[in-house]
This record gives sequence, C-alpha cells and structure tokens, in this order.
Amino acid sequence: MRTNLFKLTAAAGVLALALTACGSDDGGDDTDGALAGEGSGDDCVIDGEVAIGAALSLTGAAASYGESQKNGLELAAEQLNEKEGVTYALTVEDDQTDPRQAISVFEGFAGDGTSLIIGPTLSNTAFQAQPIAQEEGVPVLAISNTAAGITEQGDYIFRNSLTEAQVIPQTVAKSIETYGLENVVVMYSNDDAFTESGYEVMASSLEESDVTVADTLTFSKADTDFRALLTEAKNLNPDAIFVSGLIEAAIPLVTQARELGIDVPIIGGNGFNNPQLMADAGEAAEGVVVGAAWNSASDNAENTAFLADYEEKFGGQPDQFAAQAFAALHIVDHAVREDCSADRDAIKAGLGNITDLPTVLGSISINADRDAEHDAVVQVVKDGAFTVLP
Amino acid sequence: MQQLLNGLFTGSIYALFAIGFTLVFGVLDRLNLAHPAVFAVSAFVGIELVEVAGLSIWYTLPIVFVVGGLLGIIIERVAFRPLKNRPDAHFAGLISSIALAGMFIALLQWRYGPNTRRFPADSFPSTTFTVFGAQVTLLQVAILVISVALMVALTLLVAKSRLGRGMRAIAENPTAARVLGINVDRVTMTTFAISSALGAVAGALFAMNVNSAQLGMGTAIELKGLAVIIVGGMGSLPGALVGGLLLGLAEVFAVANIGSSWRDMVAFGLLFLILLVRPQGLFGARKVREV
Repeated sequence: MRTNLFKLTAAAGVLALALTACGSDDGGDDTDGALAGEGSGDDCVIDGEVAIGAALSLTGAAASYGESQKNGLELAAEQLNEKEGVTYALTVEDDQTDPRQAISVFEGFAGDGTSLIIGPTLSNTAFQAQPIAQEEGVPVLAISNTAAGITEQGDYIFRNSLTEAQVIPQTVAKSIETYGLENVVVMYSNDDAFTESGYEVMASSLEESDVTVADTLTFSKADTDFRALLTEAKNLNPDAIFVSGLIEAAIPLVTQARELGIDVPIIGGNGFNNPQLMADAGEAAEGVVVGAAWNSASDNAENTAFLADYEEKFGGQPDQFAAQAFAALHIVDHAVREDCSADRDAIKAGLGNITDLPTVLGSISINADRDAEHDAVVQVVKDGAFTVLP
Repeated sequence: MQQLLNGLFTGSIYALFAIGFTLVFGVLDRLNLAHPAVFAVSAFVGIELVEVAGLSIWYTLPIVFVVGGLLGIIIERVAFRPLKNRPDAHFAGLISSIALAGMFIALLQWRYGPNTRRFPADSFPSTTFTVFGAQVTLLQVAILVISVALMVALTLLVAKSRLGRGMRAIAENPTAARVLGINVDRVTMTTFAISSALGAVAGALFAMNVNSAQLGMGTAIELKGLAVIIVGGMGSLPGALVGGLLLGLAEVFAVANIGSSWRDMVAFGLLFLILLVRPQGLFGARKVREV
C-alpha cells in the first residue's frame, strides 16, 4: 500500500509539472500576442483582456476606505468595458489591512501576468508591498497612499492621490486665514506611517506661519477614549485643534471634544475626509475642516456623471476614495490606449506621459516624480455635509 | 478636576470588566480568556438593540446583562466543563476559552462585518452637568453609578447569600464543598454566568462611553483587565475595583503630567511598582503553598 501511494504521488507530481510547463509556454505566447493591439487612442483595439489587479483593504482597520475604492474601480471598469476596443478584467483582492497579506497578494499578481496593480489602501502597507512590484517590473498605481516617499520606491510606482504634503499646507494656510488662528494644539497618532507623515507636514506648515503651537499630543491609532488628551488641549485654550488621525479615531475624538465643550474648529488630515464622519458623529462633526483631493461639489462633466452613476449603482454618495479609484482606471485606460498596448512597460511609459487629463478629480498630470498634480479643495462640515470653506 | 473624572469613568469600566475576570479566577481558579470576547459581543449586541429594535440605551443594559449571562453558561459548558476532570484542567480550560473567544469574534465578523459600529447619533441623552468646572454627561454619571452598583451588589452576593457561601466553599476546596452537599456544577455555572454578565455590561458601557465598537475592543482591554486583577490581588473583588480605578487614573495622569506617548509606559510601570512592593497584589492574601 505504501509503495502504491508513493508511486501515485510521484506520478501525480510529474503530471502536474508537465501540465504547468505546457501551461506557462502557451500562456506566454498568448499573452504577448494578445496584449499589443492596433490603432491608438480611442481607436485602439486589444484582443485579449487586460488584467488589472487591485489589492485593497476590504477587512481590518481600513475596511471602510477599501470598500469605497472597490466600488469606484468596479464602476469605472464596467463603464470602460462598454467602450469599444479594450476590455479590462479587474481582480480585487483583500489585503486585510495587513502588510504581510498585501505582500502575498502582490506576489500573486506579479506572477500571473497582471498588467498593472492598483493599491494597497494604506501607506504603511504600501511601503512593504510595492517593492515587490518594483522588483518584478509591474507598474503600480497607488490610489490612496498619501505619505511621502511612496513613489520614491522605484520607477514603476505611480500615484494619483495627492500627498499630504500637497493638501495639508493648503488646508493649514486657508484655515489660518479664514479663522484668524493664533494659538493651536496639534494631535496625531504616532504609530501609523500615514498619520505621522501627515503630522510632519502639518507641523512644518504651522511653523512657517505665525501661529503658536501650544502643545503636541500623541495617541495610538487603536485608541477610542480621547477625553484625557482633549482635557489637556482644552486647558490650553486653543483657537483650533489640528488632528492627523484615521477616521476610526476621528469620530470618537470629535464627539468627545464637543462633549467636553471644545467648540473651536477641528482641522483634520486626509483621514477625516470621509462622509462617515458626519453619519456617525452627527452634530459634533459641525465645524470640522478637511483638505481634500476631490471636490464632491465640483461641476465638471466627469464629476457630474460620476455622482449620478455611482448613486444609481450603489445607492449612496461616493467619497474621495471612490473618486480616486474611479479616476485611476481612467488614467490607466489613457496610458494603455496611448501606445495601444497592455504590456507592463508600455503602461509604465504611458502613465509617465499623462498631462492635463480631465478626470473626476479635475485636470490631472503626472509629474517627473510620478506623483499626480491637481488642485486641492478645503472643506468644512456644515449642516451635515462637506462644503467648500469660504 | 476634569481629568480626575475622566480617570474615574474609564477606571470604573476597567474595574467592572476586571471584576468579572477575577470572580471566575477567585472562585474556580480558572482564567477565562473568552471574557474579552463577551465584552466585544455585548457591545455589538447593545448597538443592534438600539439601532434595529429601537430600544433606549437604558433598556438595552438589562438585556445585555442577560445575554452576557447566557454566553457565560455557554463558555462554561463548552470550554470548561468537558475538561474539568483532566489533570491539566487549568491550562486546557485557558486554551479552550481562547479558542471559544476566537469563534465568538468570527461570528461577530460574519454578522456585522469588520467595520467599526456605533450607536445612532441621537441615542444618548444630551444632558450635561458642570461639576467644579468639569463637563460631565449624564451618560458618564450613569456609567459610574451602574458600575459601582453592580460591583457592590456582587460583593454583597458573595459575602451574604447562600450562593455566595457556595462560591466561597468551592474556592476553598471543591471536593469538600461537594461532600457538604453543595451542587458544585450549578454554582460553577452561575459563577460563569454572573462573571460574563458583568463583562457584558462593561462592554456595552465602554461602547457607549467612546461611541465605538470594534472587533478588537476585547483584545485591547484584555491586557488591562489582567493587569488590574494581578495588581488588585488575584481573585480579590475589592482589589479589582481599586485596581481598575487606579489604572484609569494612572493613565489620565500620565497624559496630563508626563506626555501622551508615555501613557501605557507610565500606567503599566506604576502597576509593576506596586507588584514589587506588594507581590501578592493590593488585596491579595499571601498564599501558603499546600503540600
């Protein structure tokens, strides 16, 4: 019995090897032929399906962002596939808000001939997973990473999300001007790459202004009780509180601040930029100021259509994460069609050439550092909705 | 003053959580690591009751108490009773309760998904008091009152009632208790039920206090609960009460006087210091090892 089993296993192994060998040979030929098409721009026709992989946080701490991103990507893929010529096969995998999981998702995509990888959702996950794609020569388009240094990881890493370094200085300057701030308190969670880099930009923009920072308080991204910190902040009598934290912290923080009688504006980093803030914090969210990469009230044609289509498909309003994800696939489509090839290096070259492309985010360009450039908007919560800060 | 109150409110929840922990340990000499999962489950159940059934938060607490009790019975039946005759019952129960905790959390994730859940924004009374210049909400006062009342009730129960005498007898010597005609299984089950019911109320109150319930909320408080019962003296009810309040206050004063980054460092450092001075904990009796 034992020998039989052994023989059987060995035979199965040999068979499997033979099959994989055949498979990869055929696959290789197919892919090369099918991914280069004819024509260019709108006339481009590619026979094969263009595989796009997305590693998003669908579970774990960043799940609320990942869900929006998934919706944005699916809507964009659906609409782009209705257009003649290029068909996208979108695969969304869950990185569980865990860098280790993201690494294995990236390895999977790199190994199965995926043309481009989108994601992951959080910056600190990105710093661990994206180098895999860089090594394997797969272009990456980051759609929500806003920490400094993401694109410095290599020439295959692009992003369409404005960095904190681009948005926060505008937010800080605008709120100082509007509210006439003189004395502020800064709070940030110091155990997350994203919120920490947000804090650094905040601190340096405040330093350049005439505003006095009375104190800087830190918390952990898992914290939910901020009363002790907020009491400290309140005792310093600030004109405003600047906070760099994720939405999970933002909601209890804002609620507890209002409970303690802190009525000054609370100015948040990108993590606050989420409609969940108003849904869950209710009235407490009034007066929260957030800089954003996407102006939901913008009336350009792309944005108006996006708002209507998203509402129809998902029955709710999109947030910035959905908008950036939606824009990302349009940017990729432009890059693919430019040279009419979904070859990894062709997409990489195409992404580098994006200039003044109209998207839901506004007119977008990718600069020499592979970062996106477009206008930011400073918003304030008023009557339960984000409105542009006057 | 505000900081003192902040510390008291958080500390009373720590204490209520820890007292359930220490009850099982003190009476049965078992560490029930499914306790933090009960804490999380009850917070989600509480939110569900308010959100879907439309109950006021005051009515949800008794229901959460009962749900917690039922979970306690399940924990005892599934994780502890089948193993009680094994020579390594302490250790086996510890591990099987971790497994059960994992299952509870997985069920929660299946039912509610991974997202943070909150009570609807208008479910809290908006009454606010000003006490010596500090802002206090009605909810916070209620948290303190409910926690302390439950802990006092438990202490009385253990000290005065028939059930309490049974518990203390079992704590002393289970075999002798059985010989004296105490239904050991029933008392054990009741102990688990009460312990988990207290943990459940603590979970619901915690979720109300910070208006946020996460799958990992039990894990976050688990370490604090363990620290509290060690400092208070393993199995000592007043020890858990004082230890919980002490940890809450230590955290707040670390933030106020030393720096927010040092909070856990200072709070746990202080607890360590207490243990160095009093290794048996604040209220723990120094146990003489029986041969």
